[in-house]
Amino acid sequence: MAAMTATGARTQYETIIGIEVHAQLRTASKMFCACPTAPPPDAADEPNTRVCPICMGMPGTLPTINRRAVELVMLTGLALDCRVETAAVRFERKNYFYPDLPKGYQISQYALPLTSNGSLEVPVPTEGGSVRIGITRAHLEEDTARLSHAGRGFSVVDFNRAGIPLMEIVTEPDLRSPAQARAYGETLRDILRYIGASNADMEAGSMRIEGNVSLRPMGDDRFGTKVEVKNLNSFRSLERAMEYEVARHAEALERGEPLRQETRGWDEGAGRTIVQRSKEEANDYRYFPEPDLPPLRPSQAWVADLRAQLPELPAARRERYETELGLSAYDAGVLTADVALAAYYDAVVEAGAAPKTAANWVTGEFSRLLNQRAADGLRADGVALAPGGLAELIAAVESGSVSGTNAKAVLGRTFASGESPLAVIEAEGLGQVSDAGLIGREVEAVLAEFTSQVAEYRSGKTQLYGFLVGQVMKRTAGRADARLVNDELRRRLDEGA
Amino acid sequence: MELADRTISEVGSLLRSRTVTSRELTEACLARIERDGTRLNTFLASDAAAALAAAEAADAALADGDERPLLGIPYALKDIFVTRALDDAGDDLPGGLPTTAGSRILAGYRSPYASDAQERLDAAGGILLGKTNCDEFAMGSSNENSAYGAVRNPWDEATVPGGSSGGSSAAVAAGQAFFATGTDTGGSIRQPASLSGVVGMKPTYGRVSRYGMVAFASSLDQCGPFTRSVRDCALVLGALAGHDPRDATSVDVPVPDYAAALTGSVRGLRLGVPREYFVAGMEPGVEAAVRTAIDVLRDAGAEIVDVSLPSTDHGLATYYIIAPAEASANLARFDGVRYGYSAGDDDLLTNYLRSRGDGFGAEVKRRIMLGTYALSAGYYDAYYVKAQQVRTLIKDEFDRVLKDVDALLAPTSPSVAFPIGAKTDDPLLMYLNDACTLPVNIAGLPGISVPCGLSHGKPVGLQVIGRAFDESMVLRVADAYERAAGFADLRSPLSHA
Ligand SMILES: [Zn+2]
Repeated sequence: MAAMTATGARTQYETIIGIEVHAQLRTASKMFCACPTAPPPDAADEPNTRVCPICMGMPGTLPTINRRAVELVMLTGLALDCRVETAAVRFERKNYFYPDLPKGYQISQYALPLTSNGSLEVPVPTEGGSVRIGITRAHLEEDTARLSHAGRGFSVVDFNRAGIPLMEIVTEPDLRSPAQARAYGETLRDILRYIGASNADMEAGSMRIEGNVSLRPMGDDRFGTKVEVKNLNSFRSLERAMEYEVARHAEALERGEPLRQETRGWDEGAGRTIVQRSKEEANDYRYFPEPDLPPLRPSQAWVADLRAQLPELPAARRERYETELGLSAYDAGVLTADVALAAYYDAVVEAGAAPKTAANWVTGEFSRLLNQRAADGLRADGVALAPGGLAELIAAVESGSVSGTNAKAVLGRTFASGESPLAVIEAEGLGQVSDAGLIGREVEAVLAEFTSQVAEYRSGKTQLYGFLVGQVMKRTAGRADARLVNDELRRRLDEGA
Repeated sequence: MELADRTISEVGSLLRSRTVTSRELTEACLARIERDGTRLNTFLASDAAAALAAAEAADAALADGDERPLLGIPYALKDIFVTRALDDAGDDLPGGLPTTAGSRILAGYRSPYASDAQERLDAAGGILLGKTNCDEFAMGSSNENSAYGAVRNPWDEATVPGGSSGGSSAAVAAGQAFFATGTDTGGSIRQPASLSGVVGMKPTYGRVSRYGMVAFASSLDQCGPFTRSVRDCALVLGALAGHDPRDATSVDVPVPDYAAALTGSVRGLRLGVPREYFVAGMEPGVEAAVRTAIDVLRDAGAEIVDVSLPSTDHGLATYYIIAPAEASANLARFDGVRYGYSAGDDDLLTNYLRSRGDGFGAEVKRRIMLGTYALSAGYYDAYYVKAQQVRTLIKDEFDRVLKDVDALLAPTSPSVAFPIGAKTDDPLLMYLNDACTLPVNIAGLPGISVPCGLSHGKPVGLQVIGRAFDESMVLRVADAYERAAGFADLRSPLSHA
């Protein structure tokens, strides 16, 4: 948890960072109307096609609340150890004029958010430990339309995004380094994906991050001048932008120059931030309770039900894999990074496979096959082969009834077909031959056929051993138990010597 | 009495006995619109051909024995209800009427969808004649704030019909429609009903869907009918009321048979008279008519109880913070970007300023500024939050008093119809028109105005206020009064012109 210190600075400064995340929720329809949040599969997303009078703010329209969006925020709140409000959750109007805001106000939450006062344990590998970050609130609002500049001084508006449910998650100013900021973003992303709240894809815009940064002399308890940084397209940008700001602040403070409270944008190409808006231009949003929506009073039973639905979160799962199942930190990390993969793995173990062997298969051959089809959007939960099938296959390898090589081939086939691996082994005759008598007869036949090679071997050309093994395997179509072949061949070669 | 001046109940029987046709009723209304419509300025849009075609379809249904109570009855919608005027491809729908909300900023606006009111009345078999004039965005008490000119009162054409639903009240009073819809945010149905000598009702907040009503103040707006009798009011309310999942503030409670509640008797009922409603500055003729009406109910067997609603005085101030605050946000969508009037300037800020500057009238701008101010940082707690606290107080007082009495009796408006232009220079004087009606909106209760005689030849209204969702009691008292008082056949001079 080392504080960032600007190089060459005489004073030691403490970095204070707070993060604001906006994540689009994974719902089928928009926040306050029935419009779909995404185009139909295989269809192009033409501008202004997923709109209706409500999300276009036409006169006389009224909002109605998307229950699933409320649930996903509550679920997130629970995952972040927040208090979920059940007394009175209010939506409020945030008023400002902009062409991306069809009603002239955004329906958001202000005084009484859905969830608040939580925390998140964030592992920071580069700092060799973890930090606990306070979560101020996670609330629900609607997204704005998308503005783009059409050239010739004109802008065009696409209202497909207008009204998509958006969750805002705000931290306390608890982060002490750009690395922590990045780690927080990544940890939060994993959680949002885990609980199915959001695709949390920064590049696709379904997760957007703003960082608030300030510096203060070490030991001081007052906050310095805060700068908000936007336009961060990746976790790497977040870290770089925070590093840039920390250095800029430290230099200014060293030179005794005043810092301005302002909003800055990150220029990825130039690797620096640029002023977007100063505090003097800040809006008075005139929040007031949304009269079109009566206060929401989520029942205790609803909250309890959601709490029960909450899946095991990545940190807990990683911990369980390492301590209870004895997996390496690496394997535990690979498995937990993908919730579908982890669930598949759990099911394979549940079906009786040994945890470590199962981990080798799931992170190995299984993941390789999965990655081949990643472009089609295939996730572990979409694989045709049931986890029980993979456990069956693993058991067959362990018991010696199928060779490792043949087992991989069987997995390759059943992965997409969903057939039972044992049935395929049976039907294709891929079962391993462990009949010592039969193997003995095949060895005998090879020795009889390749007498000159046998003679050369016995006269000291031992590298011919591999050739002889290969001939036995060829006669048994690769099914002979390699260990038995080895034993038998050596015994007979030595016998005749 | 001419056909056009009769009640729905009367012409409904004539329709079902095949004595008249819907086409004849429609022609009778169209003839009145033709004769007086332009002069009174009651309609902003109408389509006679579409209405006649619908009437013929209704006649066919009547011949088939269809017994829907509003089948074949011509009506008008306040131009604050959107009427579908575009097909799915966005092309003009034949017979589709524009929706202006009485504003230049929506000149020629064609809605892509229908309001809940239009859908329900259409399903009930009503014949839509057109859209009635109103104060811009329902902001006003005289209908002089319409961008399309003032409406004249059929009782005295030099005077206002009241507002904001003045086109609807005047149309029903002038025999141009058998009923019309209005919206009531602070009295916009009851006050014009009073000044125009018709019945007008604001149901409980949440009783009728607000979907497709161009919003003024979302927590106060409620749709209701104008009719020529209390029985007609019960019929129309029955068609309009009911839960709508598209409006989150619409309440899912059963809709009783309102006509069945009209027993004609008030014997044994306790009716409260809140002393604060007989305000200083009230016209003596109005007070006399209302006091006489109370005596009529006493004579009919009701127990009249003096009650107190001490916070009544704070109603006006509370209303003029909450309503403009909500309006300031509701009207933000009219920004000259997607629909309605646009100044067409290339610069975004200039286009905002000019579109809204030219598009909105003076009263609308005044309220947007009031509301924006009340919500601004540093003023929010002192104004908006305080107003919400007073709102709770006013609500609690009503609830307490209504535990002890079955309904309340009060004047609807402190004055009769006043000359056009008389109060336009003094917004505060104009606001006082609603002193007796707006507390009912603040408390979300049902209220009706029923004609209770004339003062200097101009109609006076008696207001009956009831418990939340107890429209049946309000209608029962108003109907019993109407039967006992002998004003049921009161018609404007235009009915025998
Ligand atoms: Zn929509």
